[in-house]
Order: sequence, then structure tokens, then C-alpha cells
Amino acid sequence: MDTEITLRVDGAAHPLTVDTRTTLLDALRERLRNTSPKKGCDHGQCGACTVLLDGRRVNSCLVLAVTVDDAEVTTSNGLAADGQPHRLHRSFVEHDAFQCGYCTPGQVCSAAGMLAEAQAGWPSHVTADLDAEDVDLTDAEIRERMSGNLCRCAAYANIVPAVAAVAAVEGVRR
Amino acid sequence: MREFRYERADDVDGAVALLAADPDGAFLGGGTNLVDLMKLGVATPDLLVDVRQLTSVEVTGLPDGGLRIGAAVPNADLAADRRVRERFPVLAQALLSGASGQLRNRATTGGNLLQRTRCGYFTDVTKPCNKRAPGSGCGALEGVHRNHAILGQTLDGPGACVATHPSDMAVALVALDAVVQVVGPDGERGIPIRELHRLPDDDPSRDTTLRHGELITAVDVPVLGFASRYRKARERASFAFALVSVAAALRVEDGVVADVRLALGGVAHAPWRATAAEAALRGQPATEEAFGAAADAELAAATPLRDNGFKVPLARNLVVRSLLDLVEVAR
Repeated sequence: MDTEITLRVDGAAHPLTVDTRTTLLDALRERLRNTSPKKGCDHGQCGACTVLLDGRRVNSCLVLAVTVDDAEVTTSNGLAADGQPHRLHRSFVEHDAFQCGYCTPGQVCSAAGMLAEAQAGWPSHVTADLDAEDVDLTDAEIRERMSGNLCRCAAYANIVPAVAAVAAVEGVRR
Repeated sequence: MREFRYERADDVDGAVALLAADPDGAFLGGGTNLVDLMKLGVATPDLLVDVRQLTSVEVTGLPDGGLRIGAAVPNADLAADRRVRERFPVLAQALLSGASGQLRNRATTGGNLLQRTRCGYFTDVTKPCNKRAPGSGCGALEGVHRNHAILGQTLDGPGACVATHPSDMAVALVALDAVVQVVGPDGERGIPIRELHRLPDDDPSRDTTLRHGELITAVDVPVLGFASRYRKARERASFAFALVSVAAALRVEDGVVADVRLALGGVAHAPWRATAAEAALRGQPATEEAFGAAADAELAAATPLRDNGFKVPLARNLVVRSLLDLVEVAR
């Protein structure tokens, strides 16, 4: 059944008529031709489709497009303001944090969301002191908090330092 | 995926009325489980009533020091809430041990309670499953069941089912004696969470005691006042369902167990409150030996399957370790 929605993506509004069954991921890729988020598993297990929804990281493959016509969607493309790469983009390049690159836009969006969560003081499964005021994104913390993003090239050894470098700049890694 | 109508109501009563009028409809929360099941053809609603913006996204204090959690509070926000972390660490830890950062951002409190089993026979429409297709049999009984139930299963007959409930959060809430507030076609009621989730008995198609059209609006957690924690064993370090998990709370006075709460995850069709272990522990010395004996008292009822007998000693060890940790915390 068709429904009229307006998707706000990377700062632009797009009126669309979508079948209610359309996921946000399919709307972005197939309707808006924004192929930055990738379809990996399509079941919320790999993280390749990660985007920011009102600033929070989510799996766009599990979000129905009709449910977000009042939200701001940011893809990895949209993180590159004015055509300039985001500091996470630069850090991934500098640390050679990918091989095939398929998971990278999802990794970058997830890292951006994760850093915001750390700045808000959110703990993780590996945080020893639940009551701590500040988060220190150790390598173990980064691995735990990024566990929703798989890399089948197994570039993790470089993804962790790429994220860690930005975490240090943003004051959430000692 | 089956075609469906998508509706938003103006308020909770409107949403309940919409769903009550359609026996094949479903409420949509974060959708992290339901949308997946719709893709798989396991869930086939013809109507989705979006309730994420109808119920509260706030955690508020109750007069007794407990907390009222709005049904739409995302799992991530609940785990990060300072009051939850301080008063109910078992709940924060359970939430943080579940799913991924992305899923916790989208999944809601009400939806977490109502997620369906991840049994591979349930999620594969080409396989027999009494939960998904009543009367078709239980593929897991003689099939792949390493991660299935060891307690309270239905092992034969048309209701055969050995699935587990997948939630970590619910295990903590069961230990905390939470009360689930619902609104339905017949009005409001509060359901003690131990009465929300069912064992399969002769009808595994029903996970809970909710009636069609009843909507979870909040979860109340009464004050606890003593130390608690969640411990989870899984097959990888992160982003995996529990093999076995334990939600525990313990109050020790003069070396004796004054109060104890124990609930197990990954062992049954519902979060499993370990009442036999609790009864065996009250008034006993807070020692490793007593903790082990209490776990044994609970697990005496276990009926493990061909390939999941390992869960019995795993559950015992997790119970003992969790209680020993809590003795340390209290020291």
C-alpha cells in the first residue's frame, strides 16, 4: 500500500510515495540513489546499513521508511559537509582501516554515533564502573561499542586505531 | 513481505481500538524484531499501528524509590539512565550485554519484552515449528538445539517446544519483580512480570499472557535496596544471545542470606525465576557451598536435550559466581 512521506536526508527534503513495506535502507538506495549505506545481511546483524537518525546510529534495514518521515537521516555521505571529508573519513584513510570498503560507510556512521554516546557518558558492557562520570574509550571499549559492525575483510586491527585517534581528539580517550 | 496498512493513532486508546478491530494487526515499536520477522515471512500482519510516539520515552521516579519506565524508552537510554545504573545495576548490565549499539538505540522497553524466540526453526518458514505453525511439530527437539531450553519445555505432543526467550532485559526485570502496565480494550491492568511470559504448555504459539489489543505502556520497577548484577555466558564476546545468563540480587546480614533474587535467562521459554534456589538460600550462610546447593536445588528439575546438557553446569557456575561477586560487593 502506497503512502506519501518526506524523507529528510543529509540536509535535503525528498517527497516520496513509498510502499509501506519499504525499509529506510531501500528508500535511500533504490529511490534516492544514495548508495552510501550498504545492504549486507538486511537483518540488523552486520551494520553495513548504519545511518544516523536524529543523530543516533541505527540499522536502516530494520527501519520502515514510513516511520521516519519526521526525522533527520544522515548517511556517511552527509557527514562530509561541504564536500570535505569528516575527520572519521580522514582517519579511516590514514589508518588504512578498510580493504574492500563495503562496510566502511556503516563503520563511519556507527563510529560517529558511538563517539556521541561516549561524550554523553554512556557506559558499555566492558565499562568496569557503571557510575563513572566520564568514558575512556580504550581499545576494549571501542571493540565492544563497535560490535554491531562486521568487516569481512577483518580490518578491525586498523579500524580500532582509526576510531581511537578521533576519540582522542574529541576528548573521550585518555 | 505481506502488504500491510500503516496507521498512527492520536493516543493510546485510539491505537488499542485500531488493533482490537483487526485480529491480524500488530503494534509496531522500534521494529528491530518485528520488521525482521516480517521479512522472513514469520510475522504477517495486515496492519501495523505505530505506537512509538504514543507511549512515554521518560523514566520517572515512583514514590517508593522505584522507577516507572515508559514503554517507548529505548534500550540504550534505559541502560544509560543514572538512576538505573545506581539503583538497579542488574538492569543496566543486562541491557548493555544485549544486541548492538545500533539495535539498543532503536529497540524499545515494551518491544524488548515482546521479542520472539531466535530458535532457527521458528525463523525458517520451511521448517516445522509448533510456535509458528501449530501442529507442525518441533524441529529442534531432535534437531539443532544446542542453545535451547533445559527447564519447563514441552517435550512431546502437539505443543512440543524447546525454544528460549531471548531477552536479557526481561531476566533482570523478573529478578526485580517489575510490574508491566498495559492498556487494552477492557481497560488498564498491571501484570507482575512473572505472569507476563508463559511456558509453552500445550500452546507455544502464545509467548505471553497479553490479550490481543493490549498495549504495554510502562514498566514499574519497585525499590530494591541491595546489590545486584547480571552475568551472561555467550559464544562470542559481544553481540550474541545468552547461552545462559543470571540476574542476581543479594542481601547478606551477619554472614547469612537475608534476601536473594535469582532469575535465569537462556534456559526456558520464559525468563526463569529460580524460586527453589531462593528458598534454599534464605537464612543460610552466604558461602560458596550454600550457593552451589541452592543452584542444584533449582536445576534438579532440568530436562536437558541431547546437545545442551552443558547448560546445567554452566547455569550452576554462573549462579555461584554471581552470588560470590555480590558478597564481595557488599563487603
